[in-house]
Amino acid sequence: MSVAVPASLRTRSIRDRLEAAGLFQIYGVLLLVVIVTWGLILASGGNINVTNTLVRSVALGIVAVGQTYVILGGSLDLSVAYQVSVTAVVASIVMDGRVDRMWLAVIVVLALGALIGLVNGVIVTKFHINAFIATLGTSLIIKGALNATVNNYAGAVPREFRKLGYGAILGVPVSVLLLLAVVAIGWFILRYTRFGHHLYAVGASEETARLSGVRSDRVLILAHVLCSVTAVLTGLFIVSRLSAGAPWVGTDGNYDLESIAAVVLGGTALMGGRGGVLGTFAGVLILALLDNAFNQLQVNPLLKDVVRGVIIIAAVAAYTIRQRGRVP
Amino acid sequence: MTDQASIHSPIDPAPAGEPLLALRGIGKSFPGVRALHDVDLDVHAGEVHALMGENGAGKSTLMKVVSGVYQPDAGYILLDGEPVSFHHPREAQERGINIIHQEFNLLPDRTVAQNIFLGREPKKGWLVDARAMDEETQKLLDYLGAGRSISPRTLVGRLSVAQQQTVEIAKALSFQSRIVVMDEPTASLASAEVDALFERVRALQETGIAFVYISHRLDEIRKITQRLTVLKDGELVGTGLTSDFSTAQIVSMMVGRELSDYYPPYGDPATFGEPVLTIDGGGNDEIRDIDLAIRAGEIVGIAGLEGSGRTELARAIFGVDPFTRGEMSLQGAVVRFGHPRQAIGAGIGFLSEDRKSEGLVLNASILDNTLLAVRSVVGRSRAGSSRSAVANEARRVDLRASGLHQETRFLSGGNQQKVVLMKWLSTGSRLFIFDEPTRGIDVGAKAGIHELMRNLANAGAAILMISSELPEVIGMSDRIVVMRRRTFAGELPAGSSEDAIMAMAAQTDEVVA
Repeated sequence: MSVAVPASLRTRSIRDRLEAAGLFQIYGVLLLVVIVTWGLILASGGNINVTNTLVRSVALGIVAVGQTYVILGGSLDLSVAYQVSVTAVVASIVMDGRVDRMWLAVIVVLALGALIGLVNGVIVTKFHINAFIATLGTSLIIKGALNATVNNYAGAVPREFRKLGYGAILGVPVSVLLLLAVVAIGWFILRYTRFGHHLYAVGASEETARLSGVRSDRVLILAHVLCSVTAVLTGLFIVSRLSAGAPWVGTDGNYDLESIAAVVLGGTALMGGRGGVLGTFAGVLILALLDNAFNQLQVNPLLKDVVRGVIIIAAVAAYTIRQRGRVP
Repeated sequence: MTDQASIHSPIDPAPAGEPLLALRGIGKSFPGVRALHDVDLDVHAGEVHALMGENGAGKSTLMKVVSGVYQPDAGYILLDGEPVSFHHPREAQERGINIIHQEFNLLPDRTVAQNIFLGREPKKGWLVDARAMDEETQKLLDYLGAGRSISPRTLVGRLSVAQQQTVEIAKALSFQSRIVVMDEPTASLASAEVDALFERVRALQETGIAFVYISHRLDEIRKITQRLTVLKDGELVGTGLTSDFSTAQIVSMMVGRELSDYYPPYGDPATFGEPVLTIDGGGNDEIRDIDLAIRAGEIVGIAGLEGSGRTELARAIFGVDPFTRGEMSLQGAVVRFGHPRQAIGAGIGFLSEDRKSEGLVLNASILDNTLLAVRSVVGRSRAGSSRSAVANEARRVDLRASGLHQETRFLSGGNQQKVVLMKWLSTGSRLFIFDEPTRGIDVGAKAGIHELMRNLANAGAAILMISSELPEVIGMSDRIVVMRRRTFAGELPAGSSEDAIMAMAAQTDEVVA
């Protein structure tokens, strides 16, 4: 049993680390997508705009980090699209074009988001309602409340606030910095906090987590709250781009299903317990690169969806096959 | 039977001194089952104590009481002479009692260190101190002599079963364990790995850690344990030094009961009809050289150790992994099944070991479950698919339920088994394959199932029964076929002894199935 292992095998290369985190393949796919899409764009005489692609990843990228959390915990959140809409509308109305109410609005929408996340988490954990149904229910509630209150662009954000969407620091768009910060914080929490460790355990086996003294309900509720907070951040970004909120901004972006697709494309198991934020980030970039290529190449929008569908299924099938082939 | 009196007197030359763990008069009942009654157990520091008994004897329940999963209805637990009661496994762990279950409680996608410290991650300020966690884990692994083959940062899913077990032991040690319960630890280990495990257990024993060792394998019990305790039907039958008991004594303590009290009479060979199933030289990738004939009215029992090919035989007959060699005929006609649908259509019913996932749709009603096979294979129109026919079958098998629309998950194990049987009765099966017909069914209901099987045979059905409970094989079979190494080892008449079966099944290996 105690077979001597050469020291060289025990120090871990970057490849090993990526393998261990399950990221090797995903970043391989990302690289492949980069080569193919950029190759096609260049071949057709277009030009490559990395910054633009990144900015286009921000809205989905931020909320997908939150979606990763709930999915890792074995849950999911279908209400993020409406949460994005609510945030955009409420922030816009509260700010009402005034600089002095900017921070008030941010606090209001964060509190509102946290409340929605709390409700989602409590319904899922305490009432044992399947997350799909629970969050479908909350999204209908939000939708109804929103449509009853506003039916068009409402309020406005001050010029100052639009820096979030359009400003840049040292040539890097503020929004891209926000995305990178959310990804970094999201990664850090999963890796270095007890909550992160426990979230993986709850998603992988609630029984094992419970027997180890983990309070799984609390962990999952916190994951839902954090997910909602990312939906709020996405909502704030969008309203800063549009300068006013409207009830359809979240659903138009399809952030519910798109974020789940990005998470799964990033190698996180839909059943929970395996994956992470870095994979999701790659998943988001893959989707953005494809979008960019489709636009530049002027691909028929219907065909576009077909290709995206095929790629999502193929990638997840590849992960699954590999996972099964793994030594037990 | 050996002299019962000498066995039942609790001769216990216990080591001097206070036991580390003492159970007194432990009782535990579940609805309809008395799982434990008045059980005492003493575990001393530094000993390896075997806990033995047949399936369903109460070993697991007792260990769940010890580890805080269940609370006893009667009796008390003393740890270091002090009464303790655990309401959650975590409390028992913190007092130094750990169970290593047969199915490990490990997360395959997390690292060794993350698994060991789950729920107790060392902290540095707000954050998990990953370095400290890895270092502690490395120390534990080094201590167990596995520090070079297992790294704290390896994902558990990449380790072998033996290595995962080492991780479980390391986890137990990380709680400062004083008592480690191991449930069938060698079930999936190769023999070199078993030796390594024993070495490790002996080393830990030296440090004063006590082990409770649950196993069926007599050779292992002899090698590693100093004392043993035997349970039967939830009661203590004997305890003492392992070396004081002969193998025959241990076996008869575990299984010793008058079989005739529990089983219906055998069938009369004169009334057996034509062969329903005949197999000539059947074989596939899993099994080989199978020659078998089962006549109408006959119950043939298949005995053999785990992995001897019993289940594979059933799967071959039923067309799950069909025979690729030889010839099989049903009621005289040669058949070749590529899929269970064909086997069902031809009149074979299969009652699988795993009723809950294979035999029943748990959240469907009794009626729907019964008609499932008829509807899918035979077609809706056939007689027997009506509600009244199902009601007839329910009477025939003496089903206890609140109505035919009750969901099967609310039924007891015995009644669930009856619903599976109704399913095959309604497809008009002539050959029934029972795989572990009474596993997980309480003692009282077992007798009901056995009676049902015999009635079925008397009504002209042919029955093939696979069982790892030898008393059941002996009590039920009109003929016993013993399997070994994926083929038939021989055949024994009704009422053969356990010794005769085991000799044939294991040859030199001293094992009780």
